[in-house]
Amino acid sequence: MKGYNFAYLDEQTKRMIRRGLLKAVAVPGHQVPFGSREMPLPYGWGTGGIQVTASILGAEDVLKVIDQGADDTTNAVSIRRFFARTAGVRTTTATAEATVIQTRHRIPEKQLREDQIIVYQVPQPEPLYRLEPSRVETQRMHGLADYGLMHVKLYEDIARFGQISISYDYPVMVNERYLMSPSPIPAFDNPKMDMMPALQLFGAGREKRIYAIPPWTRVRSLDFVDHPFRAINAPHPCGVCGATDSYLDEIVTDDRGGRLFVCSDTDHCAERREAAT
Amino acid sequence: MAYVAVKGGEQAIDNAHAWLAEERRGDTATPALSVTQIAEQLGRSVDRVMAEGSLYDRELAALAIKQAQGDLIEAAFLLRAYRTTLPRFAHSKPVETATMRIERRVSAIFKDLLGGQVLGPTYDYTHRLLDFGLMEDQVVGAAVGSKVSDETMPRVPDILGQEGLLESDVVSDREPGDLTREPLTFPAERDVRLQALARGDEGFLLGLGYSTQRGYGGSHPFAGEIRMGEVSVEIEPAELGFAIDIGDLVLTECQMVNQFKGSKTVPPQFTRGYGLVFGFGERKAMAMALVDRAMRAAELSEDVTAPAQNIEFVLYHSDNIEATGFVEHLKLPHYVDFQSELQNVRRMREKAE
Repeated sequence: MKGYNFAYLDEQTKRMIRRGLLKAVAVPGHQVPFGSREMPLPYGWGTGGIQVTASILGAEDVLKVIDQGADDTTNAVSIRRFFARTAGVRTTTATAEATVIQTRHRIPEKQLREDQIIVYQVPQPEPLYRLEPSRVETQRMHGLADYGLMHVKLYEDIARFGQISISYDYPVMVNERYLMSPSPIPAFDNPKMDMMPALQLFGAGREKRIYAIPPWTRVRSLDFVDHPFRAINAPHPCGVCGATDSYLDEIVTDDRGGRLFVCSDTDHCAERREAAT
Repeated sequence: MAYVAVKGGEQAIDNAHAWLAEERRGDTATPALSVTQIAEQLGRSVDRVMAEGSLYDRELAALAIKQAQGDLIEAAFLLRAYRTTLPRFAHSKPVETATMRIERRVSAIFKDLLGGQVLGPTYDYTHRLLDFGLMEDQVVGAAVGSKVSDETMPRVPDILGQEGLLESDVVSDREPGDLTREPLTFPAERDVRLQALARGDEGFLLGLGYSTQRGYGGSHPFAGEIRMGEVSVEIEPAELGFAIDIGDLVLTECQMVNQFKGSKTVPPQFTRGYGLVFGFGERKAMAMALVDRAMRAAELSEDVTAPAQNIEFVLYHSDNIEATGFVEHLKLPHYVDFQSELQNVRRMREKAE
């Protein structure tokens, strides 16, 4: 775009972010502070993910952007357009075709490959913030791997509700060292993070933190031996493609309690339907 | 009803923006507002947008206000997003407020002082009666005594400082921090805190400052001095070796003087809170000075109990661009998370039955 650098950010800023990313990859799950810039999109709307994507994007890359698993939700459309405009890169909705996938709240159903990078938009990188609001304190807790507070919270959930009540943004241990927020993906997606062949990058613009999971890294959802981690999903097949193993959206179809459950991953659903015909 | 996957987000966005443009323009029978009119006649809005947008440019601020339909936080956001794309040529030398070309200068602690009290173009002592005369384009007579004073006016802290009754400024050669380049880290030093406050939301600082007056971290403030006027900005290019004047800024500065009983190492003296903002922003400069002083509680061995004294709390929540983005992001789709919550609650209810 005229008057702006490739992918909007200036090269100095991209270098600064890449340095942060290298550190993040070297210390999996550790939150690295970075000089997050003010973007022409609001904080909380993906500015962290956008900055990470902007700093890793090359002219040959093919970009996919999803929000809630879908390519056509308004904010995904807006971010995809931003990069089409400022970087002129090819965009796609097909998971398999993309080299970089920026996502909010989902991991695609299709297994990602080693030659792909997934960039998560993160609203709150600190997994302990609900238990301890002071970042000075939580930083100390991470330093000492002092995660007792989180285990107590999970235990109390089981004591009160008979189960762990966290259904999304379910905390994970990365490489058996750092407690990490997987971003607000449903707990259903957590197992996909474990030993993923693709590089996983996380950007939190407003909170000015970057973190990463290198390919083939252990990612364990917190649980107890007698209360193992369980993913939650609606107990239905997809009403459109019939998939039984994909995460489902619930669509209200009438005012008499009618519901339709369909794949939240629109590309996955469309591909399955095409294959069936 | 048959389910149709929602498509056409792109078209919807384009249509919404076209609608916005039409609404912004309003009834075309009314002449369009010019950027010059905003810059000239809505000066306090322009000042606020420049301060919170962290960019001193009256014309661009006026443009942002026009583009944002007068939504000042949206306008500040526009300025900020533009600001980050600008290259940095140089750092200015510290501006010298002691040699400010004064338009207003009041002290609440001395009845008279060198240079005197100068009310300037203030709303103070106006009776807040709607002036229906402004419905029409009235002719405004020339103001008497509106000349900018060229008299030297020493700053009140300099006067008090001579007696040692007021803590002195700490002189440092250290390069000040810059929040727009480096993320906030703790413990946050006062330079960074002041920068955050100067960019912070006026309403948030006003509320916090007010809370210190109502007992939440009180610090017995006196408005030592408030001054507003123009200062010169100078840079010293390395190849020149001397400073050159590159322009002027209007600033409002507030020196709050606060009671301090002393500690084991420091004799009783007055401490201070400092406020400095772009343009004529007296309310914000005063609130900023109160909050600055409140945040010094730990440094002065006072109890840290109130929100305004909690540095982390104040600094993480004072930026209205961050705040508005995150509060308003709640209108983005959260279908996936909500769905997982729904299934979770359904499962818990089944268990309970």
